[in-house]
Amino acid sequence: MAKIMNFAGTMIKNLFSKPVTIDYPAKPAVYPERSRGHIEINIDDCISCGICKMNCPSGAIKVDRTAKTWTINRFDCVQCGYCVEKCPKKCLHMVPGYQEPMNKKSEEVYTKPEVSDPEANKQDASKPGEPDTK
Amino acid sequence: MGKRSVIPFGPQHPVLPEPIHLDLVIEDEKVIEAVPSIGFVHRGLESLVEKKDFNEMTYVVERTCGICSFMHGMGYCESLEHIMNVEVPDRGKFLRTIWCELSRMHSHLLWLGLLADAFGFESLFYQCWRMREKILDIFELTTGGRCIFSVNKIGGVLKDIEPDMMRTILSVLDDMEKEILTIKKTFLEDYTVESRLKNIGVLTKQQAHDLGCVGPFGRASGLDIDMRKRGYAAYPYIDFEPITSDIGDSYARCYVRISELFQSIDIIRQASSKMPSGDISVPVKGNPEGEYFMRVEQPRGEAIYYVKANGTKFLDRMRVRTPTFANLPGMLETLKGADLADVPLLVLTIDPCISCTER
Repeated sequence: MAKIMNFAGTMIKNLFSKPVTIDYPAKPAVYPERSRGHIEINIDDCISCGICKMNCPSGAIKVDRTAKTWTINRFDCVQCGYCVEKCPKKCLHMVPGYQEPMNKKSEEVYTKPEVSDPEANKQDASKPGEPDTK
Repeated sequence: MGKRSVIPFGPQHPVLPEPIHLDLVIEDEKVIEAVPSIGFVHRGLESLVEKKDFNEMTYVVERTCGICSFMHGMGYCESLEHIMNVEVPDRGKFLRTIWCELSRMHSHLLWLGLLADAFGFESLFYQCWRMREKILDIFELTTGGRCIFSVNKIGGVLKDIEPDMMRTILSVLDDMEKEILTIKKTFLEDYTVESRLKNIGVLTKQQAHDLGCVGPFGRASGLDIDMRKRGYAAYPYIDFEPITSDIGDSYARCYVRISELFQSIDIIRQASSKMPSGDISVPVKGNPEGEYFMRVEQPRGEAIYYVKANGTKFLDRMRVRTPTFANLPGMLETLKGADLADVPLLVLTIDPCISCTER
């Protein structure tokens, strides 16, 4: 008898327990802090050195030094995080949240804002980080 | 003597998880001979060493396989560390061992699920994959990736497992151990399962040795070969014995893999208690020059990495011999004389990863 009813216990337990899956679109998925979802750039700190472009294993990043742009093809990116490791100014970050589906493969272009006065640049850069004081 | 006929099997077949094509020569429902052909998913991964520098290649090598991705990356990094005479810090070695063993559990649970599916036990299949999901969550918590970790680098690892993460891992494994004990009973003692596994596809020790079988497939036939005993990563500090069986049938392969799940849990516990504090990687400068053969024990068996470097940032040659490639001759031997209905099960018992094999 023991040879044929081995799975019965698990089966009965399954009948009276909650599903192990989460009700995804209704409940949001929770990603851990380290989750490698996509790359984000803090373009204000970027110096257009092109090290990320040279080291990207899948060739997803383009850097234009004259136009000061940083371009990423999110569909080519394999989320290895090598650019984040290599960035000398630490302006690239790997953040949770996966790439959403799209109609066509497009590139995302980030342009560094033109600031002539270094003092003004400093202020601009610090603004987003400041707490809202009212 | 009945009439002989040839049945094409694969590369796309409802029961096959991997793209392999077999021409089965059948006589009265019995397989007389199986002629394999592979090459449907060749990606030319090895030739990329000419275009990517040796550091970038770490991320390419990892993508050889989706299951043992960490061990592919580690094998490649360790071979370059030997060439460049880099000593990885002890903590880095222990972290590698922990991730290796978690990968082994993830792979074996996946295989057990597929096996249950192959003999038609759907609910057992879901139980195995439910447990595997917890391991994937551990991967995401510790490395950020669920299948491809990207934590290896030449000289160590990129991410550390913090003490609170380690506690989470150990508590998940404690719960899992009890759950595996329950499914172990079904896999190894159930009458229905036994009737589908016992005395199916028997491979003797001599045959396994002659055909060069590796990993759990070879160990199930009594070959006491485990590359972890050769001592890479932190395995020299860990106390364990390879699990073998003398029977050599599909049941023995199932037994070896289930027992390895408990062994992996034990190794992770040992590693976490012996893990020293300190650095997880050392900086590496310069380009490699020389060549090295690295052998690592993957969930499917022994994988070999051959790396030849010429002193520039591009390697001369990188070759990967995956365990499935070594196990294919053994699989063809087990197919001879088997029933046609058992063919999917027997193909599965070597835990085939054809995409790995073709790279």
